[in-house]
Amino acid sequence: MASTVGTTETTPLAPVAPGVKKEERGRRGPYPYWFYLPAAIIYAIFFVLPTLVSFYFSFTRWDLFTSHWIGLKNYVTFFNEQALVIGLRNTLIYAVMTSGLKVVIGLLLAVLLTSKIIARGYLRSVIFFPVLVSVIGVGFTFTALMNPEIGLINKALGAVGVDGPGWLTNPSLAIFSIALVDVWKGVGLATVIFIAGIVSIPSDYYEAAQVDGASRSKAFWSITLPLARPAVATVITLSLIGGLRSFDLIWAMTGGGPGFASDTVASVIFKQYQAGFYGLSTAGSVVLFLLVTVIIVPLTWWLNRHEVDR
Amino acid sequence: MRKSKTGQRGIALVALAAATTLFAAGCSAGSLGSSSGGGGGGQGSAGAVTITWLTGSTDTEVASAKAVIEAFQAANPGITVKTDTRPGGSEGDNIVKTRLSTGEMSEVFTYNNGSLLQAIKPEQNLAPLDDQPWASQLDPLFADSSKGSDGKIYGGPLGTAFGGAVLYNIPVYKKLNLQIPRTWDEFMKNNDAIKKAGGITPVEQTYGETWTSQLFVLGDYHNVEAQVPDFAQKYTAGQAKYANTPAALAGFQHIQQVHEGGYFNKDFASAKLNDGIKAVATGTAAHYPQLGGVAANIDNVAPGKLNDVGIFPLPGPDAATNGMTVWPGTSAMYIPKSVEGDKLDAAKKLIAFAATQPGCDAYAKGSPPQGPFLSKACQLPSDVSQVAKDTKSYFDSGKASPALEFKSPIKGPSLEQICIQVGTGQVSAEKGAALYDEDVKKQAQQLGLPGWE
Repeated sequence: MASTVGTTETTPLAPVAPGVKKEERGRRGPYPYWFYLPAAIIYAIFFVLPTLVSFYFSFTRWDLFTSHWIGLKNYVTFFNEQALVIGLRNTLIYAVMTSGLKVVIGLLLAVLLTSKIIARGYLRSVIFFPVLVSVIGVGFTFTALMNPEIGLINKALGAVGVDGPGWLTNPSLAIFSIALVDVWKGVGLATVIFIAGIVSIPSDYYEAAQVDGASRSKAFWSITLPLARPAVATVITLSLIGGLRSFDLIWAMTGGGPGFASDTVASVIFKQYQAGFYGLSTAGSVVLFLLVTVIIVPLTWWLNRHEVDR
Repeated sequence: MRKSKTGQRGIALVALAAATTLFAAGCSAGSLGSSSGGGGGGQGSAGAVTITWLTGSTDTEVASAKAVIEAFQAANPGITVKTDTRPGGSEGDNIVKTRLSTGEMSEVFTYNNGSLLQAIKPEQNLAPLDDQPWASQLDPLFADSSKGSDGKIYGGPLGTAFGGAVLYNIPVYKKLNLQIPRTWDEFMKNNDAIKKAGGITPVEQTYGETWTSQLFVLGDYHNVEAQVPDFAQKYTAGQAKYANTPAALAGFQHIQQVHEGGYFNKDFASAKLNDGIKAVATGTAAHYPQLGGVAANIDNVAPGKLNDVGIFPLPGPDAATNGMTVWPGTSAMYIPKSVEGDKLDAAKKLIAFAATQPGCDAYAKGSPPQGPFLSKACQLPSDVSQVAKDTKSYFDSGKASPALEFKSPIKGPSLEQICIQVGTGQVSAEKGAALYDEDVKKQAQQLGLPGWE
């Protein structure tokens, strides 16, 4: 294994012909090679190597001690998994719903919190607090709140005469309930990013618009929204990645249940790992890695291309 | 089939890191490293040894382990035993497997015998115990289920055997003048009568704790075997499936019928095990299909109701062949292979102690027995619960057979979720059985059994 590390640690460094002056290579950093070495070694051992090894193990049947090559069978099994069909659908629903709501609600909150309201600093920190709380803690708390019989939410609804649904126990509702909790927990981060984006817009634009007689809503659509585009791109990318690999909140709230109704790709993988199907779950991780790449790379490219137009 | 044996801890660790790194979400690995630090008892000081015992985390498991330790330490002053707990179900499986593979397992741990034992590869990971004095005094069903594929005994007996059957509320049966059902049709008639009487749940289910959903299928195995005597062999060989064996499919159909009859409790989707025990003990529910062992907790959740609960086997198609599916223990005590020297001796002493009458008596203090003890050296006390008496009568009359997981190394890991899918009406019984067959196939392939490729 030592030899593998020895070769990979040098690959991230671009080879430079001896005698070439630093100034001639304009993009070269001002640092000597050895300066890159610690980062390169850490990168190779903890990121490159495990990635390559996991690609290998995804083609094996593996019990952590012994493994034997079974070709593509893990992938065939993984794609035949009934939970995966539900999981893929749920993952997409969850990712699109959470990132969409975070963008819309986050932007509205950011506009509110950049306006001249009382106790602005306090309100800004309040919206950010849920981000700081442990996901598992939030999950357990909301599981208790959403209990259909004794939970606070349905008791409150019952007090005004509404018969609350089984938020987490109704198979067709569970994934949406979890997504709402995710939005509540994550919208603070989106808001902060939007606030930063809005604050960085020079006030000259608004003054010019005012002189030209533009209304407030016109100013929002024509100035705030286009100029906050980098922030929108960041929020969409971050929350979409977060949604696609969503796991911890779902695991804390339903464990993927009832049955398999709120399983996502990540929870399917985790259950396979729990069951001791290490090769199969590694294959699932590779699939998830490819899925995230296929969605995020073109999206980032598209969002950033428009940013250049600014 | 080419097998390359790496066999080195370090490589396994790197491999484990590889498995988890790509898995982008943060799994709860933090809880794994919490034990193993308990070895600081100072081995040099006058032979004092400290070992840790990892047990399940239910009230009765913890209480019985503490009672055994207390009695053990009184008899062995040089040894200190600490406890550590883990959850049950597939989460517990994961913790045990991961700790064993990374060499982080405590000196003694409690884990299932039967098929789940095979999944942790006892020959590779555990210390053989067949040279121990208690090894010749085991209940034969238990002895068979605590062996590795090499025929050596790896598990020490802890506690009692019990049934996987229907807990029922005796006062409700008396009040409504019902008879214990011996066929499935009689059972459904009783359910109908209970529902019509009003105010009492016919069948309690507790899907808030997923593993509790499996009893309709697992507890039906005595009936399956009565109709298809060689089911276990054919199932292990990949020839008999749940979906195409009507006797085995019946378990899934029963869940569907009870669901469609509207016999479940209102909060079945969120209720937990203790809610279920309480319901059947206090008579808000008439039936609760469950492992008889959980009746040990009746006195904790519903004080004074211990003798209001009895147990009868899951009824099948034929009253004449009806009998109880039994678990010769759901757990045994094991020692990982990595334990050596003083700690190994101390661990062996602890297991040997649990197999003696004082050990069994201490165990019974923490967890009232619900069936005969697994060690023949132990006698049941005279004042046992109604559930224990009922269970013992099936053992004594020979109308008891072990569950499938003690006759075959294969148990699919997703049975609990699939039973819930059927019980919440998401899929039909036939679809559920077919899904479980797929699940079983994955486990069989992972175990490398012949006939499954």
